[in-house]
Amino acid sequence: MNKDASPKAMAQSGSLLGDGKPGATRVDLEVIAGMVARGAKVLDVGCGDGALLQLLARTKQVDGRGMEISQLKVNDCVAKGLSVIEGDADLDLFDYPENAFDYVILSLTLPATHRPREALENMLRIGRRAIVSFPNFGHWRVRAELLFKGRMPVTANLDQNWYDTPNIHLCTIKDFVELVDEIGANIERGVALDRAGAPIRVNAPWWLWNLLGAQAVFLLERDRPREE
Amino acid sequence: MSIASETLVRAAVDSAAAHGQIATFPPDRPLATDGGGLIAPLTVAFETYGALNAARSNAILLCHALTGDQYATSTHPVTGKPGWWDAMVGPGKPFDTDRYFIICSNVVGGCMGTTGPASTNPATGRPYGVDFPVVTIRDMVRAQAMLIDYLGIETLFCVAGGSMGGMQVLQWAASYPTRVFAAMPIATAAKHTAQNIAFHEVGRQAVMADPDWRLGRYQEQGVRPEKGLAVARMSAHITYLSEQALQHKFGRKLQARSAPTFSFDADFQIESYLRHQGLAFVERFDANSYLFMTRACDYFDIAADYGGSLAGAFKGAKTRFCVVSFTSDWLYPTSDSRAIVQALNACGASVSFVKIESDKGHDAFLLHEPDFIATTRGFLEAAAAARGLERK
Repeated sequence: MNKDASPKAMAQSGSLLGDGKPGATRVDLEVIAGMVARGAKVLDVGCGDGALLQLLARTKQVDGRGMEISQLKVNDCVAKGLSVIEGDADLDLFDYPENAFDYVILSLTLPATHRPREALENMLRIGRRAIVSFPNFGHWRVRAELLFKGRMPVTANLDQNWYDTPNIHLCTIKDFVELVDEIGANIERGVALDRAGAPIRVNAPWWLWNLLGAQAVFLLERDRPREE
Repeated sequence: MSIASETLVRAAVDSAAAHGQIATFPPDRPLATDGGGLIAPLTVAFETYGALNAARSNAILLCHALTGDQYATSTHPVTGKPGWWDAMVGPGKPFDTDRYFIICSNVVGGCMGTTGPASTNPATGRPYGVDFPVVTIRDMVRAQAMLIDYLGIETLFCVAGGSMGGMQVLQWAASYPTRVFAAMPIATAAKHTAQNIAFHEVGRQAVMADPDWRLGRYQEQGVRPEKGLAVARMSAHITYLSEQALQHKFGRKLQARSAPTFSFDADFQIESYLRHQGLAFVERFDANSYLFMTRACDYFDIAADYGGSLAGAFKGAKTRFCVVSFTSDWLYPTSDSRAIVQALNACGASVSFVKIESDKGHDAFLLHEPDFIATTRGFLEAAAAARGLERK
């Protein structure tokens, strides 16, 4: 199973920041961009306003495509020159053939899907690798809010009330690693991010990552029996 | 050929021929049609805007719709009105004539200078009429490819068009994938539905029910089936508008009167409007051409040529696609565009899909829609950068 998914492997992924211009870019997007090989073919599922696709085009010269559920954002992306379609991660990933992309990215969208497992399996079907980032529901602040206030947490990364949030399938880093194991994929790299979105570079045991990471970014690889 | 039998339409054709550019293909280079016919000689009338660059890499082919023509932005020689895509084509517009070399040709079977049913049949010396071979969208694209060869252009930077023009765009991408760098099928479908065919059949029956149609031989008899063609246009025109737009613009408003006349006059503004549309149309369009154009759309089903698989039509395509639909278009609704997008995704093609919010119905693609203009500009600029075209 995921031998690489050790905290050590996560800590080693420190030198991630792309050579993109500093400032405007969200740090977590730079972490994702750091996992993508130059010139790769990439699908960004839930690409929003296209910030990640633009970053990838600028710093990694990728052949980037996007899927976004909001038509207004799609139109905005296409007007910026990005190759984007309206689509839903739960429904429209089925249209793509196997191995259509080098990377399929799901940035902070996983908890909003109706069937996260199916979405993940589809990503690893149409892409050789998948990159998934999500807010960690195991973060100590989240736990503290539940424990001491007895209410659904509202934090920097989970900034909406339970009745407003699109997130319906929240999970912890530990939960996610278990799901990856269950669908038989490999974790090539994992990074926990602090509240500011910067990678946590200390070496720490698993339970600590799950406690300290406000977000996590995972680079997954499909388990292939004997290919290549 | 009898000069005395020349009609208004014939005159319109001649004036188009006199004003536009012409490519003529001699009898030894016939256009072989899907239906087994041969069209020779073949004349293709076209207009160009802007300049071809030294690398011949900045050419855009615009494909016109059912009753459009090559006058995409220049003044129409018959109506004196601006071209049909004046909103989109011109200096500084998305199809920027300062930057791109824009080509627009009249389709085969049309009536603005390209060989069609009003042209002389070399076998008889008389107008073809309904003896003209029934042409398909693919035949139209074949004729366009002959023109592009004639112009010495290997790869088109972009092929774009709406409605029947969008069908030609899809056919271009399927037939000549290596010759199309970018493609914009707009407000279109990969096949005609039963409802689409039904509306076209109503139009054709209206033309053929006009006593002046004369089994398609009206030109030689010095008459024109104007009433039938006008009715065809009236019924078709309803399909180009949304119910919302009709209601908003006309509602139950009366035409220059304060009360109903209890007659069959055009009491309602919508009646008057449709009658006007019908009358204006017959001045510029040939009835037989209308039959042939509608038939070409009805036969269109691009998947059928590829074993029923729409994805099969675009397999391995390197073309960058931008599919556009309009929310209130019920003639070629967004679901039709989505089917195209799904097929393009299934074969891993590069595709953008934009659904434009509009209450203008199918005709929205011809109008000034800011979102449509912005996305078209963005798509073309990104494609131009990928193609290595210099910025102006």
